[in-house]
Amino acid sequence: MKILVCVSNVPDTTTKITFSSDNTQFNTAGVQFILNPYDEIALAKAIELSEGGKGTVTVIHVGEASSEPTIRKALAIGADDAVRVNAAPRDGYFVSYQIAQYAKVNVFDLILTGRESIDYNGSQVAAMLGEFMDIPSISIIKKLEIEGNYASVEREIEGGKEILKVAFPFVASCAEGVTEPKIPNMRGIMSARTKPLQVLETSDIEKLATFKSYTTPPPRGSVTMLTADETEKLVNLLHNEAKVI
Amino acid sequence: MSVLVYAENAEGKFKKSTFEVVSYAKAVADLLNTDLTAISIGKVESNELSTLGKYGALRVLHVASDKLETFVTQAYASAISEAAKKESATVIVLANSFSGKGLAPRISVKLQAGLADSAVELPTIEGNSFTVKKTAFSGKAFAFVELNSATKIIALNPNSYHLTETGSEAVIEDFQPTIKDSDLRATVTDVVRATDKIALPEAELIVSAGRGLKGPENWAMVEELAEALGAATACSKPVSDAGWRPHEEHVGQTGIAVSPNLYIAIGISGAIQHLAGVSSSKTIVVINKDPDAPFFKVADYGIVGDAFEVIPKLTEAVKVYKSHS
Repeated sequence: MKILVCVSNVPDTTTKITFSSDNTQFNTAGVQFILNPYDEIALAKAIELSEGGKGTVTVIHVGEASSEPTIRKALAIGADDAVRVNAAPRDGYFVSYQIAQYAKVNVFDLILTGRESIDYNGSQVAAMLGEFMDIPSISIIKKLEIEGNYASVEREIEGGKEILKVAFPFVASCAEGVTEPKIPNMRGIMSARTKPLQVLETSDIEKLATFKSYTTPPPRGSVTMLTADETEKLVNLLHNEAKVI
Repeated sequence: MSVLVYAENAEGKFKKSTFEVVSYAKAVADLLNTDLTAISIGKVESNELSTLGKYGALRVLHVASDKLETFVTQAYASAISEAAKKESATVIVLANSFSGKGLAPRISVKLQAGLADSAVELPTIEGNSFTVKKTAFSGKAFAFVELNSATKIIALNPNSYHLTETGSEAVIEDFQPTIKDSDLRATVTDVVRATDKIALPEAELIVSAGRGLKGPENWAMVEELAEALGAATACSKPVSDAGWRPHEEHVGQTGIAVSPNLYIAIGISGAIQHLAGVSSSKTIVVINKDPDAPFFKVADYGIVGDAFEVIPKLTEAVKVYKSHS
């Protein structure tokens, strides 16, 4: 089984998000970038499915050379080889189109992504990729098992789950529950340096959306402190002052 | 020109989040001086379908094909895209729900339509250009996305737009889209839905607890408080990582972002990753025994105290309040 895992390079979860003075750019100065946490789940699942000679795992990333440490991390965790499409990842439409160009030529049985990147949270790439390639896409899965020529997949829905039977090839975006992320070992880190990393140029596609500016949530008002014995007062405040119950 | 809204149903019924999306789409149609048409897919009774009229849909296209009785992303995306073409829709509005996140990107590619996901406000319209405010950086910020394509798609976050009753009954029309066999390569074999629980992403009231609860055996009191309030339950990342609670209850940067009217955080210190997921909450109550817990800085109401002492008292106070209201 040939598996492709799409990975993105995102600010570390502890990052305090700030923008340029005109609010048009995210300030990356001093920000530590990491492999997107959900993509780590997708990668771990791909490795699990391919272990013991059952397949190969290729990671693909759309980004500039500065994100190579993230690609090397994916190789250290256990991907066999990597592809980087050399361009700033302007949006989900652009990124999924680039990946589709590669995956149409290099055929894969399964393509996995994380449920969303923790920077723009679009949840777009898996489904757009499915559409560009005209194959099924299942967004936000919690479980994936292979049953012969099909996969059994659990998808999250509001207040429950749906179980689907899907024919290969397909795309799925992985959430917590699919498997546990893997931590690279020393052998993995050493071998990552020499694993193949191919750099491709981009393909043109029209621009449909543009990120124009940013803002942070307004600061919250001051806190009203109560004692442990004032729960009745709290309920009154929630009803009369906050008007939320 | 028209606006098309996808009205998602759960087992034949529309939820509040669907009415929010229809209300929002009606407001967009008003801004454009045009009409709103809804599309509903799957088995939904006609009296239920006509309720969409109350929130502003003039007509409802009803797709009742057996093939589309359960949700298959590819086929539903094809049906909605075909309806959009038939209606000459220039704007398509959907919920940014689990299903919506699968549909909107596919429709975007099919129609070469710019997509603004996770929208929280009405678009600002200038000529052919829409600017949409959306959540970004997992709730730590907002981004303004400009859409310039001829057709535009907006996926609205739950609890982000008020219900507006403007219309009356909608006219229901049967709609039979062409569904290719290749659209049906995934099939739903089972649906498990907890009907007695409130789904966290759409919940208006949430009771959330963290490591301060000391162990999964102590969650009964959290659930009792949630039940008294009619709230959903949630938890912090360490709690779901430890397996005390299921992953789908994990609120925060790598879990889900919520925007309830009331978020009660008990025994959660308030790490930046957790705060990201709750920053859109209208009112935050923090209960923590540590007076220096960072969560108090973003709280509206705070109680410094032991969870095991405060929760039962608060539950009792809620029950008393409910019995009088």
